[in-house]
Amino acid sequence: MKILVPVKQVATLDEEFELQEDELDVDHDFCEYDINEWDDYSLEEALQIKEANEGQEVEVIALTVGDDDAEDALRTCMAKGADRAVRIWDDAMEGADPMAIARAIAKFVEQEKPDLVFAGVQSSDQAFAQTGMQVAALLGWPHAAVVNNLDYTPGAGTATVRRELEGGLEEEVEVQVPAVMTIQLGINDPRYASLKGIKQAKSRPIDEYSPADLGLSEDEMGASGSLSQVRKVYVPEKGQAEMIEGTPAEQAARLAEIIKEFKGAAS
Amino acid sequence: MSGILVVAEHRQGELSDSVPELVGLANGLKEGLGGPLMVAVIAQDPSAFSDQVNLAGVDEIVQVPVSVAEFQPDVWEAALQKLVAEKGASVVMTPHSVDGWGYAPTLAAANGYGFASDVLETKVDGGEVVAVRPGYGEKVHMEVGFPGKDAVVLTVRSGEHPVVEESGSAEVTTAEAPDVTPRSEHKRFIEPESGGGVDLSQEEFIMSIGRGISDEENVEQFSELAEEIGAALGCSRPIADNGWLPKAHQVGQSGTTASNCKFYLALGISGSVQHQAGMKHVDSIVAVNTDPEAPIFSVAKYGVVADIFDIAEELRPHFE
Ligand SMILES: Cc1cc2nc3c(=O)[nH]c(=O)nc-3n(C[C@H](O)[C@H](O)[C@H](O)COP(=O)(O)OP(=O)(O)OC[C@H]3O[C@@H](n4cnc5c(N)ncnc54)[C@H](O)[C@@H]3O)c2cc1C
Repeated sequence: MKILVPVKQVATLDEEFELQEDELDVDHDFCEYDINEWDDYSLEEALQIKEANEGQEVEVIALTVGDDDAEDALRTCMAKGADRAVRIWDDAMEGADPMAIARAIAKFVEQEKPDLVFAGVQSSDQAFAQTGMQVAALLGWPHAAVVNNLDYTPGAGTATVRRELEGGLEEEVEVQVPAVMTIQLGINDPRYASLKGIKQAKSRPIDEYSPADLGLSEDEMGASGSLSQVRKVYVPEKGQAEMIEGTPAEQAARLAEIIKEFKGAAS
Repeated sequence: MSGILVVAEHRQGELSDSVPELVGLANGLKEGLGGPLMVAVIAQDPSAFSDQVNLAGVDEIVQVPVSVAEFQPDVWEAALQKLVAEKGASVVMTPHSVDGWGYAPTLAAANGYGFASDVLETKVDGGEVVAVRPGYGEKVHMEVGFPGKDAVVLTVRSGEHPVVEESGSAEVTTAEAPDVTPRSEHKRFIEPESGGGVDLSQEEFIMSIGRGISDEENVEQFSELAEEIGAALGCSRPIADNGWLPKAHQVGQSGTTASNCKFYLALGISGSVQHQAGMKHVDSIVAVNTDPEAPIFSVAKYGVVADIFDIAEELRPHFE
């Protein structure tokens, strides 16, 4: 069987940053990139299924939709044990919202026919919480969002999962397979890549496709394949705390005062 | 098309708190957009919720009886798709909740509706809906539009809008749900484990630690500090996920809401929306973080930009 793990290279903004001139995005010079935290867990879940079923040939494929820079995320996945890495890109994808990304992923799924797709619940930069589910919708596949426990035996027609709901409540659900699931933090304990793995991953090939290779038409890519369009990006006015300045000793002294005031008033 | 359809989520027989808030937001949108405001109740016995969702501004309550007792994404998606078509709704509003994530993106994707998630604000510009959502870890906001889309699905962040408390005089109608075979099945709910004596919902003074403590071996000293200053010990999610503290200490959306808390000290916590869900209502929040741009400072009353280890060390002598 095959498990496809779509991963995303996410951006963290520097403390000081600027917007692009057209005000449609931040200036990417002020971004640092790393693999999305949620994707560590979805990859780990796939690797654990593979390792628990050694006789069964479970193939784990990591995929990203992104430009060259996004290869780092794929190398990380290979270093941890992904069997294959795939990158889909074309400059026409520029301006894509999650739906346009989902279209490319879904096309790859149609070609590769994995049994399971594990996407992260959300990404740490934009927190859309939609890409995985939209892949499911495009494929017409069963799906489960926010999975924090998974029980699946390769070949089985259903998986038993737990969805993490609000307030610590969970729900047990039986889902027909093939399925798309979005994987939640805490479902497992993601491994670190070994030094040896990192070294080996450097020289391994990454399969590259343009969305057109996969059968996506121009008007399904980028902005025209999107469900939304950014009109403007701005820095919001935020409520701002009263800042306690000084040396740590001075800050702590003021903090102690505030705590004591509160406790005095409370008692 | 016109009209707004608010989805009334519910679980275990209880209506979600999001409904009066969504109705509040939808009332504002209705002014600019025109058309009726409808609330869809998809449930085994939708009439059980009719009184509760009959809020000021709601024109129609659409009861959609279905065979499943609890949320099932295929059933909800199919029912909503049919309602949008039949009622001609141009906006569907759902909470940005765990269940919302399971049907709202698929509803939009399957039908080519516009879509935005984690929506903070909505407005109408030139007759079209515009939504505001956060980006880059809450550091910017983005205004998004939906050119060429007849219908738009929005998942709306909770706790941002005034709730409608006044009851209304909506017409109650019934709509038939399409006959779909659900491809997943709800088996049971699993209640959170009891906290071994920890119940943060009862505590007035909580000191919480986040990923800023870096290492499991540092938990001990902060746990001692909490005791010295007389606070209950809370934490953000990574601390519980790593098994450094039991889950009962976790504050937030998937943890405990600090309902009775009056003073919340957040150490090394960035203040993600899911953490804020459990604490931002607290009157006095004090945050210590090395990052002056951390979102926690936008809900805190007092902020300290500093290393939590330095502050902890300097704080101790004041409580000996
Ligand atoms: C469905 C769902 C439910 C969730 N439920 C919850 C929940 O209930 N509760 C919850 O907390 N999260 C929850 N999360 C996770 C949430 O999105 C964040 O990942 C999490 O809250 C981050 O925790 P943190 O602030 O401790 O870590 P980070 O975001 O990593 O922040 C650590 C902070 O510490 C600061 N720092 C680092 N070192 C120091 C130092 N030495 N001194 C001072 N500051 C320092 C950093 O500047 C940073 O701001 C949920 C997520 C999802 C998707």
